[in-house]
Amino acid sequence: MKRFARLFTEIDQTKKTTVKTKALADYFTHAPESDKLWCIALFSGRRPKRAVTTTNLREWAAERAGIPLWLLEESYPIVGDLAETIALVLPPPSQASDHSLSHWINVLRGLHDIPLEERKPRILNAWDQLDSTERFLFNKLITGGFRIGVSRKLMTRALAKATGQDEAVLAHKLMGGWTPETTSYHTLIEADDPAADQSRPYPFYLAYQLDEPPETLGPPEDWQAEWKWDGIRGQLILRDHAHHVWSRGEELMTDRFPEFARAADFLPPGTVLDGEIVAWEGTQPMPFSALQPRIGRKTVPKKLLREAPVILLAYDLLEENGTDLRDAPLCRRRARLDALLADMPAEAPVRASPLVPFADWEALAKTRAQARDFRAEGLMLKRRESPYLSGRKKGDWWKWKLDPLTVDAVMIYAQQGHGRRANLFTDFTFAVWQGNELVPFTKAYSGLTDKEFDEITAWVRKNTQQRFGPVRQVRPQHVFEIAFEGIQPSPRHKSGLALRFPRMSRWRHDKAPQEANTLDDLRALLAAYG
Amino acid sequence: MSQPVLTFTERGIYCPAGDFHIDPWRPVDRALITHGHADHARPGHGAYLATDGALPVIRHRLGEIAAEGIAYGEARQIGGAGVSFHPAGHLPGSAQIRVEVGGQVWVVSGDYKVVDDGLSEPFEPVPCHAFISECTFGLPVFTWPSQTEVAAEINAWWAANAAAGRTSMLGAYSLGKAQRLMSMLEPQGPILTHGAVEATNAVLRAQGYSLPETIQVMPDTDVKALKGALVIAPPSALGSAWARKFGPASTGFASGWMRLRGIRRRRGMDRGFVISDHADWPGLQEAIKSTGAETIYVTHGYTEIFSRWLKEQGHDAAIVPTEFGGEDGAESESTS
Ligand SMILES: [Zn+2]
Ligand SMILES: [Zn+2]
Repeated sequence: MKRFARLFTEIDQTKKTTVKTKALADYFTHAPESDKLWCIALFSGRRPKRAVTTTNLREWAAERAGIPLWLLEESYPIVGDLAETIALVLPPPSQASDHSLSHWINVLRGLHDIPLEERKPRILNAWDQLDSTERFLFNKLITGGFRIGVSRKLMTRALAKATGQDEAVLAHKLMGGWTPETTSYHTLIEADDPAADQSRPYPFYLAYQLDEPPETLGPPEDWQAEWKWDGIRGQLILRDHAHHVWSRGEELMTDRFPEFARAADFLPPGTVLDGEIVAWEGTQPMPFSALQPRIGRKTVPKKLLREAPVILLAYDLLEENGTDLRDAPLCRRRARLDALLADMPAEAPVRASPLVPFADWEALAKTRAQARDFRAEGLMLKRRESPYLSGRKKGDWWKWKLDPLTVDAVMIYAQQGHGRRANLFTDFTFAVWQGNELVPFTKAYSGLTDKEFDEITAWVRKNTQQRFGPVRQVRPQHVFEIAFEGIQPSPRHKSGLALRFPRMSRWRHDKAPQEANTLDDLRALLAAYG
Repeated sequence: MSQPVLTFTERGIYCPAGDFHIDPWRPVDRALITHGHADHARPGHGAYLATDGALPVIRHRLGEIAAEGIAYGEARQIGGAGVSFHPAGHLPGSAQIRVEVGGQVWVVSGDYKVVDDGLSEPFEPVPCHAFISECTFGLPVFTWPSQTEVAAEINAWWAANAAAGRTSMLGAYSLGKAQRLMSMLEPQGPILTHGAVEATNAVLRAQGYSLPETIQVMPDTDVKALKGALVIAPPSALGSAWARKFGPASTGFASGWMRLRGIRRRRGMDRGFVISDHADWPGLQEAIKSTGAETIYVTHGYTEIFSRWLKEQGHDAAIVPTEFGGEDGAESESTS
């Protein structure tokens, strides 16, 4: 664990990607194979199955630290991370040890087979052998959320450096449904069988946001435009008479969307499509709110299947007849895609996402302005000659979104942030007017500069009217412009509506609270775009 | 019961028997000041009383003031109150203030730490009936490594930077922390200082405090010629144009807040060193116990949590009402 703790410390202490990559590459060169495999697993979002609840952890840690549970609970939001809070309150270890990362993971895996009362002494024993950083990492193995500034891409690059393999090949090897329990370092990384896992998706190519005018992209004839749909990015894989659906976050969603079982009736094996999963009604997507109830569910009730059936709006063909097409230019892939999907019957769960024709950038800008009428968020611009790259790369794929919707709202509650922002007020509740009353309608956390957060924090401290636990009611004085991507009905909220991706886009120092928008204004937006 | 020795007013802590305030935040006629940090020594009071050790810095910061010095332990009668100042271990010259009225003894801790940093006069427990304690770091997650450990950590970082041809830039508050750091480190090269730090150095040296040799960075200083240097500067200077002239550098910040990873990352420095001039959680318990006080008033920090904890431990505990900040421990980040 000391080696892994050292790796963590080196990564955590630097912002420089080169230093992080080097530290990881060193680790991949020197660590034992089982540790390397777990390291790869952890940095690609996999972790051992949880063996103890966080409630258990909190109770045991408080007891071991000799403090009441409430005191640990109160410390947690200030620290911002449970694994760290526990590591910090525990007394120093009384034994020395240097077991490997996989040893400790095996200890955790072994907990599943023993009764709860026997788990506690094992956890306490582990804490008693680990120093503060090791404990933090050990706790993280249990609580999950291993976010320490190492992206999967960076990890893959380091692994490429350490093994001498091509980064893209490795990225592909690391996709799919493996866990350290089902494979070995040798099989996953070293063995030369890229088709070992038939369910394996290709790394997604991600677009950048276009902030400059499209004219900066050069001649329009080099580009193709598509609608940017508001759904779930996914890959549909048909190989060997089985189908698999992957999200961009590399989650296997096959069971969640049983509609795609029928894809094999219309498409040949050896086909991989990239597109957007949307709820579909006849000729156009339904709003994102229709898709939302299906996202969190592993199994789907029949009623929901009827109310919000999904399809894939495909915009790229990555594999045809078992051949990887990613190096071919987009215009060729698109032609193959159109040919493949040309005569799809209406009941097929796949359709080609149509191209949006345009003569020049100015005309395209006018089309983009109508995106909401097509239930789209804007346009995607893709260079016709571009290969299908992996990860977020600048240059060939751009999302050109509509300007967000905005309202001016009054801040009425404030709460302190977590982790990095634990000492600042960063979580706010906003309200709009209904007659003389302010009706809360959204929370927002982001969008202000550090300086503005400092300023509002000082203000909140002096203008608190009432406290409800960690929440403070503040004098309704400040108006903020709230930007958001969508609006939908929500009976759970007092306002009757909910926003998508709300954030503070501007502090309206120039506006008095009376000048904020009204609930009727929001209802009008709901009627137009909900 | 008779009137309390100290009361809490909108100007700050007040002694009715002696008609004076302690570390008031609004202008008053007569102020007793625990130490020279900005949140304790404010401008605009009619008369100041502080230790002989603290006064030069207070004068340096506030300019022309009507001020009088007092030695540690010297008894002084002010109206109906007997007062004396006792070392708080927070920084050179810092004091706790003891106030006695009619046999009742109250002590205002100011800011304090119980470990001896080798530079400040070490904390002295003062037996009392009521103790008004700061609790900037009044949570069990705040425990400090020993000064020796932190010094070794900073020395190693400095040495590694020097070997790699990088300047070490250490952010620390110019009064107290900066001088503590320079005296506890093992020089791995020259120590350069920002003007704000050097000004405080000069005041302390003139008082007879012994500090290692430092070189103030002037506009014409050839910093590139000073290989393997450690630069000590206020944190705000590290992000400014001033910092850029040192070429390739590694940045560090020394504060108790560096105990928390989230805050360490928010600071955006390469390294965070956990070292504070405030008491950590065990230090607070130790100090409170050593006073023998039945009543504890808490201020300046996680007051709600800390007072609840003290009540559970059997103390009569209450929160000092403050108008300005402090109550969330956040502002204190600037004097850690
Ligand atoms: Zn102070
Ligand atoms: Zn202070």
